[in-house]
Amino acid sequence: MKELSLNLLDVAQNSLSAGADLVEISVTADTADDRLEISIKDNGCGMSSEQLKAVTDPFFTTRTTRKIGLGIPLFKLAAEQTGGGLSIDSEQGVGTQTKAWFTISSIDRMPLGDLKGTVDILIRMNPNVDFLYTERVDEKIMELDTRQFREILGDVPLDNPEVMDWIGGYYDENSPFLNTNY
Amino acid sequence: MKSLEELKAIRDKAKGGLAVRDESDASTKIVVGMATCGIAAGARPVLNAFSEEVARRGLSDVMVKQTGCIGICQFEPVVEVFQPGKEKVTYVKMTADKVAEIVTEHIVNGRPVTKYTIGANE
Repeated sequence: MKELSLNLLDVAQNSLSAGADLVEISVTADTADDRLEISIKDNGCGMSSEQLKAVTDPFFTTRTTRKIGLGIPLFKLAAEQTGGGLSIDSEQGVGTQTKAWFTISSIDRMPLGDLKGTVDILIRMNPNVDFLYTERVDEKIMELDTRQFREILGDVPLDNPEVMDWIGGYYDENSPFLNTNY
Repeated sequence: MKSLEELKAIRDKAKGGLAVRDESDASTKIVVGMATCGIAAGARPVLNAFSEEVARRGLSDVMVKQTGCIGICQFEPVVEVFQPGKEKVTYVKMTADKVAEIVTEHIVNGRPVTKYTIGANE
C-alpha cells in the first residue's frame, strides 16, 4: 500500500462484507497534536471475542478461499511505524469500529493519497449502503452523508452517473484535505 | 456551490428515464478484483477509470462491479469481462491508461484486446 486512502478502502470492505448498511468514516487531522486519525465504524454483524483477538494476525481470515488476510495487519503496521497505533472494538450484532492513528510529521507516514477516489468507489459500488463520511483538518469540516442525498433523490439511485458527478463536485468544493500535502 | 437544489434537479431529470439497473439487465459485466492484493497493486484507479469511461459513453447495458481476490495475485490488478454467450476475458496487470482502449475495442466493438489478457502475459 502506498496511500492511507488505499488502506481505508481495503478495511472498509470488511464492513461491507459484515453486511453493514451504514458505514461511518472519518479522517481527522489535528495539527496541534501532530495526529491524524482514520476511523471506520459500521453496523455490521460484528466479531466474536475470539475473532477480535486474532484479527491482526496475518494468518487469520474468515474467508474460506485462502488462509491469509493482510488488510488489518498492513493498516496496523502503517500506523505503528509512525509511532501511532490501531484499535478495534467490536460487538456481535452491533458492529465494529476500527481506528488507526498516525504521527503526521513522521517520515514513515504514508500520504493520505486520493481520498476522493476511495469515497467514489465506496458509494458507487455499494449504492444500497449509506455512508457518513467526514473529513476534518483542525476547525475545517466536511460532512458527506448519503442518507441526506438519498432523501432528496427518492428512488433515483446514488450510482446514477449524474449523481456521482454531483457528489464528486461536492467533495471538490468542501474537502479540507484538497490541495494540502497530507 | 454544489447545492442540494442541483441534486433535486438531477432527480427530476433522471426520473423520466429511470431504469432499474441490476445484473440481469446488463449484457456486459466488467469485474475488478478489489481485495487487499488488487488494491495494493493499483486496482482503485482502474475501477474509477472503467466507471468513468462507461458513464462517459453512456453504455447503459454495461455494469462495472468489484469482487474479492480472484486468486492470481501476481497478475493484479485483474479485470474480468463477462458477456453472454462468450468466453470470459481476463485482463491482467491493468492500469487506468489501458481502460479507454479496452472499452472502445472490446466492449463497444467486440474485439478483446489480447495484448493485455492473461494469455499474453503468462
